[in-house]
Amino acid sequence: MTATTTANGVAARAVDVWKVYGSGEAQVIALRGVNIELERGRFTAIMGPSGSGKSTLMHCLAGLDSVTRGTVEIGGTVLTGLSDKALTTLRRDKVGFVFQQFNLLPTLNAKENILLPLSIAGVKPDPTWFERVIESIGLSDRLGHRPSQLSGGQQQRVACARALASRPEVVFADEPTGNLDSRSGAEVLGFLRTSVREFGQTIVMVTHDPNAAAYADRVVFLADGQIVDELREPTAGSVLDKLKSLDTPEVCADVLGEGTASGGVA
Amino acid sequence: MFRATIRSLLNRKLRLILSTLAVVLGVMFVSGAFVLTDTIGRSFDALFTTAYSTVDVQIIRTPRSEAGVQDASVAEPVPASLIDDLEPVTGIRKITGTIILDGARVISPNTGKIISGGMGVPNFGGNWTGEDDLVKLRQGRGPSEDTEVVINASLAKAGTFSVGSQIEILLPATGTDDPTGETTQSRRRTFTVCGIFGYAGGRDSVTGETYVAFTTPAAQRLMLGTTDAFSEIDILVADGSSPTAVRDAIRDRIGPDYRVNTGKDAAKEQSDFLKDQLKFFNYILLGFATIALFVGIFIILNTFSIIVAQRMRELALMRAIGASRRQVLVAVLLEAGILGLIASGIGLLCGIGVGAGLAAAAVTFIEGMELAGLGVPLTAVIASFGVGIPVTLIAALIPAVKASRIAPIAALQESTIPDKPLTRLTIGGIVVTLAGNVALALGLTDHAGGHELLAAFAGILTTFVGIALLTPIIARPAVSALGRLLAWSTPGELGRRNTARNPRRTAITAAALMVGVALVTAISTLFSSATVSTRTMLDETLHADLLVYGIQTGQNPPTFHPNLLVTTRQQADVEAVAGYWYDVARSDDGQTMVSATDDLAAFIAISGSKTTQGRGTRLAPGEIVIDSRMAKEHHLTLGSTVRYGLTRADDRDFTVIGIYQRNEIIWGPVLSIEDAQDFRARDPQLAFINLRDGANVEAMKAMIDGMLVDSPDISVVDRSGYLEQQTSMLNMLLGFIQVLLALAMVIAVLGVINTLILSIFERTRELGLLRAVGLSRAQTTRMITVEAVVISLFGALLGIVVGAGLGAAVVQALRDEGYTTIAFPYGLMAIYLALAALVGVIAAVFPAARASRLNVLTAIAHE
Repeated sequence: MTATTTANGVAARAVDVWKVYGSGEAQVIALRGVNIELERGRFTAIMGPSGSGKSTLMHCLAGLDSVTRGTVEIGGTVLTGLSDKALTTLRRDKVGFVFQQFNLLPTLNAKENILLPLSIAGVKPDPTWFERVIESIGLSDRLGHRPSQLSGGQQQRVACARALASRPEVVFADEPTGNLDSRSGAEVLGFLRTSVREFGQTIVMVTHDPNAAAYADRVVFLADGQIVDELREPTAGSVLDKLKSLDTPEVCADVLGEGTASGGVA
Repeated sequence: MFRATIRSLLNRKLRLILSTLAVVLGVMFVSGAFVLTDTIGRSFDALFTTAYSTVDVQIIRTPRSEAGVQDASVAEPVPASLIDDLEPVTGIRKITGTIILDGARVISPNTGKIISGGMGVPNFGGNWTGEDDLVKLRQGRGPSEDTEVVINASLAKAGTFSVGSQIEILLPATGTDDPTGETTQSRRRTFTVCGIFGYAGGRDSVTGETYVAFTTPAAQRLMLGTTDAFSEIDILVADGSSPTAVRDAIRDRIGPDYRVNTGKDAAKEQSDFLKDQLKFFNYILLGFATIALFVGIFIILNTFSIIVAQRMRELALMRAIGASRRQVLVAVLLEAGILGLIASGIGLLCGIGVGAGLAAAAVTFIEGMELAGLGVPLTAVIASFGVGIPVTLIAALIPAVKASRIAPIAALQESTIPDKPLTRLTIGGIVVTLAGNVALALGLTDHAGGHELLAAFAGILTTFVGIALLTPIIARPAVSALGRLLAWSTPGELGRRNTARNPRRTAITAAALMVGVALVTAISTLFSSATVSTRTMLDETLHADLLVYGIQTGQNPPTFHPNLLVTTRQQADVEAVAGYWYDVARSDDGQTMVSATDDLAAFIAISGSKTTQGRGTRLAPGEIVIDSRMAKEHHLTLGSTVRYGLTRADDRDFTVIGIYQRNEIIWGPVLSIEDAQDFRARDPQLAFINLRDGANVEAMKAMIDGMLVDSPDISVVDRSGYLEQQTSMLNMLLGFIQVLLALAMVIAVLGVINTLILSIFERTRELGLLRAVGLSRAQTTRMITVEAVVISLFGALLGIVVGAGLGAAVVQALRDEGYTTIAFPYGLMAIYLALAALVGVIAAVFPAARASRLNVLTAIAHE
């Protein structure tokens, strides 16, 4: 089964997920009973104002954070209650990550960074698959370079390739273009979309940029820890309109402290 | 700025604590040394004040050399007639002729061994002068016959003696053989215990010594070998007279042949002498303090470098908002200063504990000695802070200068400043290493103008600094090669790359470990070379089949009765016997080791030497043979005279009648046995026995063993047993040094832990990513362990190479002293390497635990 282009089945799912930080007075409810199914072979964007819980939802879906209540499932495996070891293995085999800050290992060159999850797992890369991924990120000639010798856009494309290398069930991208200029950002998004279209990859992306969300097949809107709306086949314009309509009763809950929300260069 | 400094100190508590542990340990040794010597010193003062509490003025014969003052085993007799001469001196209440000499050894009826209060603690024999303010009879009475003795309570306890017990005493040879002896081959005599005495305050002894008191005539005969003489005369002054006035009056009256001192001065003299011996201990502790602090400098330097690198943005920001270079420099140094202050304070406190502990431990070796109250001498405080703070500041200087050079623009830039190329560092390293080598070479080849030891020590430390400067350039290929051995898995490979990532950091951390390993390796090399050289030499030159001797543990060497030599020589299986006496004599060179033998020809043959000039047969009194090197160095030929002062005699001339080939067994002047009666020990200390071909070695050994029943401290061994014993002592010493140097390694481990923790902190985000993409906790631990092991192995390898070089250099320099072979202790080196690997694993435990427990999410979001 090389690439499933049809949207059949569910790659990941959250059922009645609650996430509560702290207790008593300081209690903050980040997610309030979220139900979501991420179809296989689709590009889903999660949007919402800062403090809406979109990053928390992604972290919970990816097995990086535990949920307070409810269940999360990736590729048929229920994450709730798994040990650190089992979660680690699951992340290694079934999940790919792209972070806002690229997060490449400076000691490894581009190729080694891409193959890192595979070599951690002790798995030999599939050479044809690797070739395809490399070709589509367009960095065949820079594979021997260290991250410090690559531009931001190039680094992020390497990070994308790394996420794809093990052909995970789901790739989670957390504001992947947040640190990039618009042209580099477009390249990265284009690559993500290509991987969905051509390789049948499932991708979930958190973003606050309507232009980025427009690359997705589906946009889910979060507000105050709940899914409030969604949009299929979005355009930048339709996303912006939707956001405006949601924006009126703004909920201020900055305390949620989403690590990626305000990151940037000091 | 000051507040910012304090803040940043508090923020990095853990890392700073680790880095200052080295200073704490170093300072601990410094203050420990001072507290120890001070406490023990005051204990000695108190001890001798007690011992001399019943003596106002003491008269002894003026010693032949200054060293003789404290010599409790050799005393020139003070004639009893001197007491009459003191008649006209006013202010004297009581005059006591006293005999007190070391060398009356009691054989335990329970073990058959000699009862001893400890190493170097005397076995006094003297005359019973009755009770006084200090000495109190507990049971029985004083001796009224020459076969009766009074003993001190501590001897009574150790030997389970009571009034009426028989007691076996080994007496010193007095030079006048006692015809009433029970056997002709023994110095053992049997006495009856008629009383047991103790001391004021319920003490069993003053310092754990054993004490046998005879009647005065018996003591004169048995201990001094004379009649009508004493070893000292003790005087109590009349009420109202001052001891100093009486002392001066006596001095005027009896002239310079006698040394007259007040009891107070005599006590001080004795105490000072022992304190002087204690200095040796002090030097050892201070030596280790130097090593600890030296290693500590590396660690602190590294810590501050890393912290400065990590705080670059913050420091740049300070510069951007107006802090001057100077202020940044001062801020970092201030941080170091405060740290040094705290570390020194803690070190001082620990040192007080260590010093007190060691003093208490030392005192338990000396039974009955009371420990003076704990005191902290001002010198300890001054030395602690005077060493701890500057060391920390020196270590922080380079990082501080670097910090001050950070440009304000760095605050706005994402990238770090790339490391400067290592060229300058490497050239500097080569220059410093060479300078160190030159100093070492000068020190080793006696060309440092009298400061050889200092030059050698400075040379070694300078060499270490030089090599440390060279480590970054070696680190890259070495670490890469070492890492390849360990990097069979991805975590291992990641660990290896982390090590290679910052060669300076890896290098300094490894260099700290190098110092300790290099020192142990050098010393091991020296010892194994000594062992092999000794073995080879003895094997080649020593022709004795059996040797009779004992191992010296006190001021008096173990001896046996000379008749043993005569009896042995009469045996049919014996080819030749050479008895051997030795002593240290006063000479033009200060002190010279002299020996004597009863059969020179046999001695020369058994030692594998030969006579090259003159006679090599029996020596008459006043005749000596010397070795060829001595003849050359002192321009001596046959018929020349040399002047020696033997322990029991005035300086006199000896005539050279023969010259022999020097080797490690026979060297220096050899005297006649008549002259040996003026040695400290008048009985022989060693016998070389050569058997006829086909003789039964075991049977002869058993026979001689039978003759030694009365000499528990002497044994007979065959050749291989002798070789074994000669080298086993070296091994014991080596073990001791290794334990102490292990400390340097412990400090280095702290350095490895510190570097790892700092590096992990720096790489928090990376770790988060690795965990996110599937690196398990076990794999994280493996990654960090590989990093630690690579650093440790690199340091150890470097240390082994440097240490082997150092050891070989020293062995080479000592060639003339009998170090003929350079033997590397490969087994030990392998052990050091294995230990280093283990050290790496241990050092990784804590940092790895920290790293693998990182919260993935916060780690990824980490700035």
